[in-house]
Amino acid sequence: MRKIVSALGLLSLCTLAIAAGDSLGPTEQQATNWHAITMFCLFVAMTMGITYWAASRTKSTSDFYTAGGGITGFQNGLAIAGDYMSAATLLGLTAMVYTQGYDGYIYMLCFFAGWPIILFLMAERLRNLGKFTFSDITAYRLDQGKVRTMAAISSLTVVCFYLIAQMVGAGQLIKLLFGLDYNVAIFAVGLLMMVYVTFGGMVATTWVQIIKAVMLLSGGTLVMFLAMTQFNFSFTNVMDQAMSVHKLGEKLMHPGSLLADPVTAISLGLGLMFGTAGLPHILMRFFTVTDAKEARKSVLYASGFVAYFFNVIFLMGLTAILIVGQNPEFFEGGEIGKKLIGGGNMVAMHLAKAVGGDMLLGFLAAVAFATILAVVSGLALAGASAISHDIYARVIKKGTASEAAEIRVSKIATICLGFVAIILGIAFEKQNIAFMVGLAFGVAAAANFPVLILSMYWKGLTTRGALWGGYGGLVSAVLFVLFSKSVWVDVLGNAAPLFPYTQPALFAMPIAFLLAWIGSTSDSSARAKTEIEAFDDQYVRAQTGYGAASASNH
Amino acid sequence: MSSAMYERMRGNPKFRELVAKRGRFAWTLAAIVLTMFYGFVMVVAFAPASLGQPIAEGSRWTVGLIAELFMFIFFWLLTAAYVRKANTEFDALSQEIVRDAWKENK
Repeated sequence: MRKIVSALGLLSLCTLAIAAGDSLGPTEQQATNWHAITMFCLFVAMTMGITYWAASRTKSTSDFYTAGGGITGFQNGLAIAGDYMSAATLLGLTAMVYTQGYDGYIYMLCFFAGWPIILFLMAERLRNLGKFTFSDITAYRLDQGKVRTMAAISSLTVVCFYLIAQMVGAGQLIKLLFGLDYNVAIFAVGLLMMVYVTFGGMVATTWVQIIKAVMLLSGGTLVMFLAMTQFNFSFTNVMDQAMSVHKLGEKLMHPGSLLADPVTAISLGLGLMFGTAGLPHILMRFFTVTDAKEARKSVLYASGFVAYFFNVIFLMGLTAILIVGQNPEFFEGGEIGKKLIGGGNMVAMHLAKAVGGDMLLGFLAAVAFATILAVVSGLALAGASAISHDIYARVIKKGTASEAAEIRVSKIATICLGFVAIILGIAFEKQNIAFMVGLAFGVAAAANFPVLILSMYWKGLTTRGALWGGYGGLVSAVLFVLFSKSVWVDVLGNAAPLFPYTQPALFAMPIAFLLAWIGSTSDSSARAKTEIEAFDDQYVRAQTGYGAASASNH
Repeated sequence: MSSAMYERMRGNPKFRELVAKRGRFAWTLAAIVLTMFYGFVMVVAFAPASLGQPIAEGSRWTVGLIAELFMFIFFWLLTAAYVRKANTEFDALSQEIVRDAWKENK
C-alpha cells in the first residue's frame, strides 16, 4: 500500500508538471506561474509524505474515520479552522470588502457567530454521544435504519452541493493562478483528494487541514502586515485614503445593498449560524479528539483562528482598495476602474503581488490550491463515512459488517465521490454556482441541525418526528432555493422567482422544527414510548461522558 | 452500556447539581451571544445608517466597526470562559458522579 501511495504521489506531481508545460502555449490567458507550482508541489510532497506515514497507522474503522480519536484540542482547532476557511473565504471575502466595504465585515461576523453557540450547546454532547458520524447521535435511541438513511441522504446532499462549489472554484482558480487547463485542474484536485482520503483516512486529512491552516494564517498575516507598512499601521490613515478614492466614499463603512431587507438579513444570519452547526465535515471533527475536554478546547482554538483571520481579511480588503484599486497594472487595458485582471475574486492575489512580488503571489496561490484540496478531502471523508458507516454498516448490514469490509466500502465510496466531484466540476463549469454554498448551508441548517439538536435536547423526539423533520427540512430548503431568484431566474432563465428571498433558512428551519414536533407528539406507538424512555440514559451519557467512545491506544 | 450505572448517576444529587449549574451557565452565555448577534442583525436590517456614524467627530472609527470588533473579541472571551469553567469545575463534578456510581456498584 505504501508503494502505491508514493507512486500515486509522484504521478500527480508529474501530471501537474506536464500539464503546466502544455499550457505554455500562446492560447492560455495566464502565463504559467512557476513560483506557485513549485510551492504547491512542495505542499503536495509534504502531504504525500504524511499520507504515506498515515497509511501505516490506519487499520481500524476508528483510525479511518476519526484518526483513532487521538487528535489534541489544539491540532483539532487548527484542523477545524482549516476545514471552515475555504478558498472562498480568502478570495471571496477579501473581494467583498474591496467592493462593498463594511458589508463584507458583517458577512464575516455571521460566519463567526455560530462557533460560540456550537460550543455552549453542542460540542460536549456531540463528543459524548457520537462515534464516527453525527447520525450516531440522531439515531442513538431511534430506529437505526430509517433515521440513519435520512441523515445520510441529507449529509450527502450537503456534501455534493459544497463539493460542486469547491470543484468549480478550484478549476477556475487554478486555471487563472497556475495557468493550467480547467479539466486538468479538476482531475488534479479529484485525484489528490482520493489519494489522501483512501490511503490516509482521517489521519492524513487532519494533517492536510493543519498544514493548510498554518499556511493560510501565515500567508494572510504576511500580506496584511506588508500592506499595512505602507500606511504606517494606522487604520485611520487607511480609512481616510480609502474613502477618498472608493466609489462608495463615506458610505464605505455603512451597511449597503447586500442586506437591504430585514428578511434577507435575518435569514442569512440564521443560515450561516446554524448551517455551521449542521455541516457533516465539521461535526465529524468533534469525534477525532480524546474527550469532551479536548472537544471544547478545539472550538476555543478554532474560533480564535477564525476570528483572527476574518479581521486580517478585512484589513487586506481595505488596503487593497488603495494598493490594488489605484494601480493601473492590475486592470484590463491598464485603466483604473475597468475590470480587474482575472475577475473580481483576484483582489487578494493582486494584493500579494503588489506587496510581496511574484514569490508572495506564488505562495498565496499555492495556499489557495491547498485550501481547496483540504476542504474537498474533508468533504469526501464525511460523505464516504455517511455511505460506509451509516448506509452500509448500519442500514444494509445491520451492524454485522466487519471492520475491514466497512473500511473497504468507505474507500470505494471515496473513489466514487472523487469521480462524482470531477464529473460535477466539469458539468458545472459554465454555470453560475454562486448559490451552491448558500444552498449547502441552507440544507445543513434546515435538514441536519433541527433533528440533531432535538435529538440531544428534547426527550419527546421519536423516529417519526425525526424523519418528518429531517426530510421536511431537506425538501423545503432545496425547493426554496430552487424557486428563488438565484436558480429559478439566473440559472433556469424564468422571468420571475416563485420565492421572493434568496436565503431559505428563516422559512425552512421552522418547517423542520414544526414537522418534527407534530410527527413526534402525534406518535403514540409502543416504539415511540420506548424511544422516549431511552432518553434518560442518553441524557446521563451526554452530561457525564460515561460510556462515550474513547480514544484507541496509539 | 449498563443501564444500572446510568440509573445510579441519575439518582445522585451531584448529577442534578451538574446539570443545573452547567445548563444555567451555558444557556446564559448562549443567550448573551444570540441577543447581541441578532440585535446587531436587527440594527443592520432596520437602522443601517446608525452603524455608519463615527464614534467621535472627525474619527474614522464608526459605531458599526467598533460594535463588530467588540463582538469578535467578546464572543471569543465567552468561549474561553466556558472552556475554563467546564474543563475544571464541571469535569471534576462529572468525574465524581461516575466514581460514586462505581463505588455503589461494588
